[in-house]
Amino acid sequence: MTTPAETAQGRPLVEARDLSKHFPIKRGLLGKSHGAVKAVSGVSFDVFPAETLGLVGESGCGKSTTGRLLLRLIEPTGGSVRFDGQDVLSLSSGDMRRMRRNMQIIFQDPFSSLNPRMTVGAIVREGLTIHGLAEGSAADARVRSLLDEVGLRADVASRFPHEFSGGQRQRIGIARALAVEPKFIVCDEPVSALDVSVQAQVINLMQDLQRDRGLAYLFIAHDLSVVEHIAHRVAVMYLGKIVELANAEDLYREPIMPYTQALLSAVPVADPTHHRSRVVLTGDVPSPANPPSGCVFHPRCQHPAKDAACTQIVPPLELKAANHWAACIKQPPTGVDWAHQQAAGGTKPPERIIPAATPIS
Amino acid sequence: MPEPLLHVENLRTYFYTPSGVARSVDGVSFDIGAGETVGVVGESGCGKSVTALSILRLIRPPGRVEPGSQILFRGRDLATLSEKEMRDVRGAQIAMVFQEPMSALNPVFTVGDQVAEVVRIHGSGSRKDAWNRAVEMLETVGIPAAGERAHEYPHQLSGGMRQRIVIAMALVMNPALVVADEPTTALDVTIQAQILELLGGLQKKFGTSILMITHDLGVVAESVSRVIVMYGGEVVEQADVRDLFAHAHHPYTEGLLRAMPHMGQQRERLATIPGTVPPATSWPEGCRFHDRCPYAWERCVREHPPLYQIGVNHVSRCHLAEEPERRVPHEIAAAAGAPV
Repeated sequence: MTTPAETAQGRPLVEARDLSKHFPIKRGLLGKSHGAVKAVSGVSFDVFPAETLGLVGESGCGKSTTGRLLLRLIEPTGGSVRFDGQDVLSLSSGDMRRMRRNMQIIFQDPFSSLNPRMTVGAIVREGLTIHGLAEGSAADARVRSLLDEVGLRADVASRFPHEFSGGQRQRIGIARALAVEPKFIVCDEPVSALDVSVQAQVINLMQDLQRDRGLAYLFIAHDLSVVEHIAHRVAVMYLGKIVELANAEDLYREPIMPYTQALLSAVPVADPTHHRSRVVLTGDVPSPANPPSGCVFHPRCQHPAKDAACTQIVPPLELKAANHWAACIKQPPTGVDWAHQQAAGGTKPPERIIPAATPIS
Repeated sequence: MPEPLLHVENLRTYFYTPSGVARSVDGVSFDIGAGETVGVVGESGCGKSVTALSILRLIRPPGRVEPGSQILFRGRDLATLSEKEMRDVRGAQIAMVFQEPMSALNPVFTVGDQVAEVVRIHGSGSRKDAWNRAVEMLETVGIPAAGERAHEYPHQLSGGMRQRIVIAMALVMNPALVVADEPTTALDVTIQAQILELLGGLQKKFGTSILMITHDLGVVAESVSRVIVMYGGEVVEQADVRDLFAHAHHPYTEGLLRAMPHMGQQRERLATIPGTVPPATSWPEGCRFHDRCPYAWERCVREHPPLYQIGVNHVSRCHLAEEPERRVPHEIAAAAGAPV
C-alpha cells in the first residue's frame, strides 16, 4: 500500500514514518505508570526540498510535539525519521549535534527563546562557533550579513534581546536558525504572538528566505489563514493523528475529513457582507489520555452517515482524490468496504459530503 | 437621537513611568447605544485594553484617568465616582470578560461559588437562591450538566468551558454593558466559534450592549455592528462595520486590512505596514502614524489631524479627507524604487 508520502514527486528531504510519542501518566510515590497520553500516534509524512508543509490543528493535537520529534528535542516512542536518507533516530549524540546543523527550529515565543544575558551578536554567532563554521572577523562578518538578511541593522549585534519588539526578536530567532545554513526549519507557531502588521513582515521574510535559499519548512500553526498563505501542502492533526493531508489549494477548497470541514468553517471571515452556514462543533477535544474508540473524531462528527461503525473502525489515512489523503470511512472512496462497515454495526452507507467551498473574500 | 448608554468624551489615561509619561489613551471619544455591539481594533500598544480598563475604573498607579475625562454611563460620570460607588456599578451594570479565563477565575473556589458570589455581592436573597441563580446561568451559557459542573474547580474544566464560566459571571446580574477584552484570543478556532455564537445569542436574549476589544478583524466582521480603530492612543477611524471593510479611509485601517492573510488567497505577498507601534511615551508629532504611512507628506509631520467627518457615521483622523489626491503611495510617486 502506498503511503501519503510516496505519491508526491521527487526525493523527500525529511521522511517521518509511523512516528509516535506516548507520555506515561505516573501516579503515587513510586511513580508507577498508569496508562499513557498518546500525544502523537502513528504519524507519517514527507517534507520535500524548498517546500512548506503546514501542520495545523487545535491545542493539544500533537502538532508541536511532532515538530520536536523530528529534531529529537523529544525522543520518539516509536517510528522513524530520515533526513536526506539518513536515519536520524539511530545517530549518536555527537552525530546528532552535527545533524542539527541541517535541521533548525524557530519558536513561537520570541520573549523566552532568546537568552536575555547574551547580546544579539553572540546569539547569532553561537551556532557558527559550535559547528566550527567561522571564527574571529569572518564570524563577525557572517553575523552582520545574517542580520542584514533578516532586515535588522548590523549595529543591533551589540544590544540585548529585551531592547527589541516581538517582531524584531522573531527576526533574531530566524537569523540564529539561518546561521548554520540549515536545509530544513521547523517553524513552531512563528507568527502567532505577533501583531498583524508585523506578522505580515515576518511571513514575507520567511517566504523570501525560502525562495533565496531553497529552505524546506514544517510550518506549525493554529491560524488557518496564515497556513493557507504560506504552505504548499497541509496536514491536519486531531488527537495525535494526521486526519487529512493534501495540497493547500485542494484542502481549503474541498476539505474531505469532517473535522477539517468544521475547522475551516469556524475561521472568522473578515468580510461583514459574507454570511455562511457554519459547522459549529459541540463539546471539546477529548483527552488524549483516553481517546475515543474507532475514529477519534466520532463523538463530535456531524457527517450524516455517522454510525456505529465509526465507533469501531479506526479509519485509515487513505487516498480520496489525487494527492488528497483523508481518514474517514464515510467519505468514499474507502478501502473499508460497506460489508465490513455493516459487520461493525454500520447502518448508513458512505456518502460524499463536501460543504460549499470556502468563499474567496 | 436617544441618549447613548455609554458616552466617553476626551478620555485620557496616562501612566507615569520612570521613562516618561505614557499617554496610552489620549483623548478618546465614542458612544455605545443600548443593545449595540461596538468593536475596538488595533495592535498591541495602541490603547484599546487601557480604554476598556478605564471605563471600569480598573487603572492602578502609576496610571490614572486624567481630570477632564468623561465616562458618562446612563448619564452618570463614572470618572468622578468613589471606589465604593464604582463597586456597585462593576459586575452589576457593567461587566468585564477578560482574555485569559484561567487568570480571571479563582482556583480555590468552585465555579458555582464564583458565579453565586457575584449574585450575593450585588443582590439580596439567600445563599441558596444565589446558588440556584448561578446554576441557571451556567445552563444558559451552555455548560452541560450545570448542576454537577457547578461543584467543579476551574482547573477541571477546558479553556472553552472556563470562558463560558467567565461569561456566566459577567452576565448573571444582567448588566447593561459587557466589556469583552479579547474574549476568544486564547481559544481554539472551533471553540472561538462556539463562544462568539454564545455571546451573540445572549446579547439578543438580554439586550446587552457589548464593547468587543480584539485584534482579529475576522471576529470584528462577524460580530460587531460598528468599529473603532485605535492607533497611538487615539481613535483614528470609526464607521459601521460594512462601511469600514468596504471603504476604509485611514491608511492604518487600510494597512491592517491588507496585511491580514485572507482565506482563499494563496501564497501572494502580504502587504505590510513598515515599522512598529512607537512607545506611548513618545508618540510622533503631527499625525501619530506618519512615520509608518505610505502617503504621508509634510503636513502630516507638522499638523495633528482632527477626526474628519467623511461619510454618514464615518470619521477618519487623516488629512487625506481634505487632500484626497495625495492617496498615492510613495513608491509610485517616486516612480523609481521603494524609499526606506
